[in-house]
Amino acid sequence: MEFQPVLLWTDLLLFVLVAGALLMALHVRRHEPLRAAWRKVGQRPAGMASMTVLMAFVVIGLLDSMHFRAALPPVEGQPDAATIYSSEVLSVLDHALAPLRLRTEKTYSAPFADRLYQRETVELAGGGQTRIYPRLEHGGSHLPEGASIAADLAQHLVTILSHAGIAMLAVLAVLTLVVGRGRQGRYGDALRAILCGHTTLAWRAALVTTALISLLVAAAYVLAPLYHVIGTDKVGQDVLYLSLKSVRTALVIGTITTLVMLPFAVALGIAAGYLGGWVDDVIQYLYTVLNAIPGVLLIAAAVLMMQVVIDTHPDWFETAAERSDARLLALCFILGITSWTGLCRLLRGETLKLRELEYVQAARAFGASTATILRRHILPNVMHIVMIALVMDFSGLVLAEAVLSYVGIGVDPTTISFGTMINMARAELAREPMVWWSLTAAFAFMFVLVLAANLFADVIRDAFDPRR
Amino acid sequence: MLGYVLRRLLYAIPILIGVNLITFLLFFVVNSPDDMARMQIGVKRATPEAIERWKVDRGYDKPMFINDTRTGTARITETLFFDKSLRMFALDFGRADDGRDIATEILDRMGPSLAIALPTFLLSLFASITFALLLVFLRASYLDFWGVVLCVAMMSVSSLFYIIGGQWLVSKLWALVPISGYAGGLDAFRFLVLPVLISVIAGLGSSARWYRTIFLEEISRDYVRTARAKGLSELRVLFGHVLRNALIPVLTGVVVVIPLLFMGSLLVESFFAIPGLGSYTIDAINAQDFAVVRAMVFIGSVLYIIGLILTDLSYTLVDPRVRLE
Repeated sequence: MEFQPVLLWTDLLLFVLVAGALLMALHVRRHEPLRAAWRKVGQRPAGMASMTVLMAFVVIGLLDSMHFRAALPPVEGQPDAATIYSSEVLSVLDHALAPLRLRTEKTYSAPFADRLYQRETVELAGGGQTRIYPRLEHGGSHLPEGASIAADLAQHLVTILSHAGIAMLAVLAVLTLVVGRGRQGRYGDALRAILCGHTTLAWRAALVTTALISLLVAAAYVLAPLYHVIGTDKVGQDVLYLSLKSVRTALVIGTITTLVMLPFAVALGIAAGYLGGWVDDVIQYLYTVLNAIPGVLLIAAAVLMMQVVIDTHPDWFETAAERSDARLLALCFILGITSWTGLCRLLRGETLKLRELEYVQAARAFGASTATILRRHILPNVMHIVMIALVMDFSGLVLAEAVLSYVGIGVDPTTISFGTMINMARAELAREPMVWWSLTAAFAFMFVLVLAANLFADVIRDAFDPRR
Repeated sequence: MLGYVLRRLLYAIPILIGVNLITFLLFFVVNSPDDMARMQIGVKRATPEAIERWKVDRGYDKPMFINDTRTGTARITETLFFDKSLRMFALDFGRADDGRDIATEILDRMGPSLAIALPTFLLSLFASITFALLLVFLRASYLDFWGVVLCVAMMSVSSLFYIIGGQWLVSKLWALVPISGYAGGLDAFRFLVLPVLISVIAGLGSSARWYRTIFLEEISRDYVRTARAKGLSELRVLFGHVLRNALIPVLTGVVVVIPLLFMGSLLVESFFAIPGLGSYTIDAINAQDFAVVRAMVFIGSVLYIIGLILTDLSYTLVDPRVRLE
C-alpha cells in the first residue's frame, strides 16, 4: 500500500455529520412543510450566495479531513521489509497543496515578492560584505533577475480569466440542464430565466458567488505555484496554505461543538419543560450553575486540566496529529458544555407552552406514554428552534475559537487555526516596516466564513421561525 | 420586596456551592495537586521530594474532603475543600503562586477594571439603542436595509481585529493616544479612551441588531397605533412609548452581557496592558496559577448572580405591573 488511512476522532465526527446532513436532506425531500421552508431559504439571494460560500469552505474542510500516513520509501538493500509509514499524518488537502506546504522560505516575504523581507549579510565575490535583500528560494524564482513582477502577473491574467470563464460556463451549462428539465426541456427559456433572476430559487445569486469563487480559485491555481500569493510567515511557511488549513479547525469547532451539546440540550430542555416538578428544578439548577461560571474561565480551567491529562499520558497517542486532535475534540466538548444552557432554556420555555396545547392534551387523554408524546408531538415541534440555534451558534463559535487560541487556551499550538495564526502574527505588528499579510489573511478568511454563516443563519431563521 | 431580595440571596447560596464544587472537582480531583506540582516544576525536574515540597509550600498537602488524622471539626476544616474552596465564601482567597495575597490584589485591580467596564457598558447601551431606534425610524427603507447589513458585517469581524486594527490606526498611525499602559487619577483618561471606544464599536453590531428586532416587535402593538392616531410625531412615539415599553426585554438582555463584559475586558485589558482583573486572569491562565483562576471563577459567578437579582429588581422600576413576591 502506498499509504495507510488514518481516521482521527474529529474526522469521524465530521463524516457522521455529513452523513446526518444527507439523511436530513432525504427526510426533507419527503416532507412537504420542510421542503417549503427550505425552498424559502433558496428563494432568497442572500441564502443562495451564503450557501455557496459555505459549500466552498465545507469542501476545503472535508478534503482536509481525509487523513493518511504515506509509506516511506523502502530502505536500500532490504527489499522485502515491511512497509514503514511516515509518522507525519497528512490530509488529501495537504497532498494537493504539497507545493505550497513544502516550499518554505527562510522567513517573512511579502505577497508576490521575489525577495526576502529581511536584509541579509552576504560575502561579496571580491571580498568584503554587503547587506542585501536576497532572492527567495521559491517565490518568483522563475523570473530572470530584474524582471518586472507586474508584467509577469499581467501575462498570467489571461490564463486566469480563461480558466475561470471555462469553469463558469460549465456551471452555467449544468444549471441550465437542471432548471430546463424542470421546465419540460425548454432550455433556452431556462437560461434566460437564470440570467435574469426569474427562477424560483435564486440561482443567479449562487452563480455570481460561484463566479467570484472560481476567479479566486483560478488565480490561486495559476499563481500559487509561482509566487507566495499572500506572502510567508516568520518561519517561511506560505500564508495561503495556513489559511486554507485553518478552515477545517474553524468548521470542526463550529459544527462538532453543537453536535456534542445538542443531545444534552434537547433531552434536558424537553424533559424540564414537559415533566416539571423536581426534574425541572434539578435541570434549572444545573444550567444556572453552569451559566454562573464565566465561560472563558470554565474553558480555561478545563483546557488546563486537559493539557495535564494529555501531557501525563504520551503513550495514548501514536502521532502528534492524534494528540492535537484529542485537544481539539476536548475543546469542542468543553465549549459544548458551556454553550448548551442557552438552547436548553429556550427549549424548556417552548415545551412549557406546547404541553398545554390541545393536541398534546388529546394525546395524553388517549393514554399515549410520556416517551411517545415527547418523541412524536413535542420534539418535531421544537426542531425549528434547534435548527435556528444550531446555525446561529456556528459563527459565534468560530470567533470564540480565534479568541481562545489567541489567549492560549484554545487548540493545540501546533494545530493550524485562525487563532494560532493571529497569535503568531501578533509580534509582527511591532516590526518596522509592518508585516501585515498574515493578520490580514486570517481576518479576511474568517470574516468571509463568519459573514456567510451569519447571513445563512438569518435566512434560516426567517424561513423556519413560524412567528415570522 | 425586601423579603424577595432575601430569598433570592438565599437561593444564590446553593448555586455558589454548585459553582464551588465544579471548580473544586476540576482543579483538585480530575487534576490532582500532584499533576499541578509536576506541571509547575517541570516534568523533567519533578522528583517526589520536589513535588512534596511544592505541595507543602502552597498548602496542597492536606486530604481532599475528610482529614482522618484530626478530630472534631478539624476533620472537616483541615482539608483541601475547606481550605481552598469554602474559605472563598469569607472572601479569603489565599495566596497566588508569586506569594502575593489574592484578595488585596483583586482590590487593587478592581479600580482600573471598573474604569473600563462601566463606561463601556453604559456607552455601548446608549450607542446600540440609539442606532437601533434610528434603524426602526427608517424601517423598510434602503437605509434600514444597509444598516442591518452593516450590523451583520460588524458582527462577523473578530474582536481581535477591532483591537489590533484600532491600536494600529489610532495609536500608531495617528498617534492620538498611547498604545498601552495605565496611570491613576485623571491621567487615566488618555489610556482608557481607546479601549472603551473599541469595546463599544466591537459590540455595536450584534446588540444594535438585537435591539432593532425588539423594537420592531413592540412597534406593531396596538398602543403604538393609538399613539400615532393621537397625532404624536414618530420620534415621540419611538422615544416616549416604544423605548419605555421595550425596556423589559432590553434589561433581560443586559444581564446576558455581564459575563460577556468579563470576557471583553479580559482581551482588552491584556492588549492595552491595563492592570485590571481581566489581565490578571489572563496572566494567571498563562502562568497556570490555579489559585488565582479559582478566585476569579468565584468572583465571576458572584457578579453574575448579583446581576440576575438586579435585573429582577429593575423590572419593578421599569414596569409597575411587575410585582416581586
